[in-house]
Amino acid sequence: MNRSFIARNPSVLIFLGILALFTLAVTVLSEGFGLGLISTSFIKVLGKTLCLCLIAIAMDLIWGYTGILSLGHFAFFGLGGYMIGMWLMYERTRRIVVSSLSEGVLPPTPEEITAGIGNQIFGVVGSSDFPLIWAFADSLVLQLAFVVLVPGLLALVFGWLAFRSRVTGVYLSILTQAMTLGLSLYLFQNASGLRGNNGLSGLQNLPGVTAPQSVVSLWFFWASALALALGYLLVAWVVSGKFGSVIRGIRDNEARVRFLGYSVETYKLAVFTLTACISGIAGALYYPQAGIINPAEVAPIASIYLAVWVAIGGRGRLYGAVIGTALVSLVSSWFTGGQAPDVPLGIYTVKWVDWWLVLLGLSFVLVTLYAPNGIGGLIDLLKRKLKETDV
Amino acid sequence: MNTLLEVSGVTVSFDGFLAINNLSFQIASAELRAVIGPNGAGKTTFMDIITGKTRPDSGHILWGHKSLSLIGMSEAKIAQAGIGRKFQKPTVFEDQTVQENLMMALRKDRAPWAVLFFKPSTSDFERVDDLAAEIGLSDALLRVSGELSHGQKQWLEIGMLLAQEPQLLLVDEPAAGMTPAEREKTTAILVEAAKTRAVVVVEHDMEFVRRLNCKVTVLHEGAVLAEGSLDHVTKNQDVIDVYLGR
Repeated sequence: MNRSFIARNPSVLIFLGILALFTLAVTVLSEGFGLGLISTSFIKVLGKTLCLCLIAIAMDLIWGYTGILSLGHFAFFGLGGYMIGMWLMYERTRRIVVSSLSEGVLPPTPEEITAGIGNQIFGVVGSSDFPLIWAFADSLVLQLAFVVLVPGLLALVFGWLAFRSRVTGVYLSILTQAMTLGLSLYLFQNASGLRGNNGLSGLQNLPGVTAPQSVVSLWFFWASALALALGYLLVAWVVSGKFGSVIRGIRDNEARVRFLGYSVETYKLAVFTLTACISGIAGALYYPQAGIINPAEVAPIASIYLAVWVAIGGRGRLYGAVIGTALVSLVSSWFTGGQAPDVPLGIYTVKWVDWWLVLLGLSFVLVTLYAPNGIGGLIDLLKRKLKETDV
Repeated sequence: MNTLLEVSGVTVSFDGFLAINNLSFQIASAELRAVIGPNGAGKTTFMDIITGKTRPDSGHILWGHKSLSLIGMSEAKIAQAGIGRKFQKPTVFEDQTVQENLMMALRKDRAPWAVLFFKPSTSDFERVDDLAAEIGLSDALLRVSGELSHGQKQWLEIGMLLAQEPQLLLVDEPAAGMTPAEREKTTAILVEAAKTRAVVVVEHDMEFVRRLNCKVTVLHEGAVLAEGSLDHVTKNQDVIDVYLGR
């Protein structure tokens, strides 16, 4: 009974195996490394999808396992993206400014360089001064730490206030929506110091790297795959033991867990904060592949999509969350990218760009009604059927 | 008498309705006690107050030989101090196995960090096996508890309470919906448990209370109406009036 974690959870090994094979296959077929059958832009789509799968795992931990329907986790995802974006943008701009100033007769002073960078970055919002929050933008190490710390701290403070007051259920969901809406509205302001609605751009260019995008895109693809693998392992381990028992208990009957002597609020806060940190990392890997981040990314709808992906994939099953997210987000980008052929119906032509949302909403309703455990639930059903025929 | 729990002069009102009215109650450290009373007598509120779910407006609740005040402590802290509570409806974690349910309840460090790195030892598994034997669920150890019968769920919940090793067990209507055979076994489990700790059983069913064969406290309109053996209290004119109507 006291077997090792992997032996008790064979699905983890299967998942990691499939992920490794997928990564290898994509690399071999890629433009930057192998046969050139997969374009660089599609490598980026796949890499971004892996990041979305990572935040879906965090969502599954907080919703599927702990029973807290957070509709604000994209706030943490976006913050992670902003934190790494600040360094990417600062460092790249600094290199450009330094090289252009050094063409002059006199070597540039540090003040001239700072002013030059400020002009370049904040010119679009009519300013050239560095806001206070950019104080550490020149340090990659610190901004990387902020990728985890800033979402974690926001989750800690927000969660402490919400859970301590015993806000639960739909009220908590609304509160998390308010949080991400508030962040989005704040970031839209030019005075926020993060370039308002322009957001941060040019993030796909790594400062000091001369390798072409076809190669850089592979680096990020690999990093995303590795992060997903580690995130999956971590979350699978967290939910496997007694901690998993306790949080599933909180999901099913919070009061009972409390009377068993567990401090429910502390557990909720711990899970909320951990998932926020994972989301931050996922965002920090996503936006350099997207190339741009702006406040619309943390709009309330983004977090709702996340809940839909996880619901379609199957709550309380990590592989379900991954399958649902990968499937729905890829199909979604196919439909909305204009690649799906329009369906002419004589008097009316179905344009998928407009109709995709209806299709998504419909499938969400159907899954909720007829397959409440999502795609993962169907896999469980299949496994049980196979077992029965074995006996 | 060495008192384990002393409730004195406790009053609770909800929007002007006096649910508990100057209630005083004592229980010794190894005692079985039945609390009976008509609907709305304040039985459940009485349990809510002791377990920290409801905060009284006035009065004292003192716990253990150190006379610790329970008022203002969180539910989790009170549970850790040694008070276990069983709900009226069987509440076990239905999608987890009997073993997982019992393992979660075992008296161990409850802090998230300790729980995260918790690895059950052989003695923990043995303890869970013993508990399962005590509640007659040895064969069902690896079954998902949602599949258990109503009576088995009740026993599992009692087993979880015993796993917490509480000094005081509060049990709300344990015999509700049970078959006669199941009732008999429940009685045996409770009587056995009361040999080493205090057990308070809130019950409706007089026949079940008679079988427990213990001191009885009658609650009415949030206060103690009578206390003593079952025969003694059933002869009490006030009790007869309350139960049968005037």
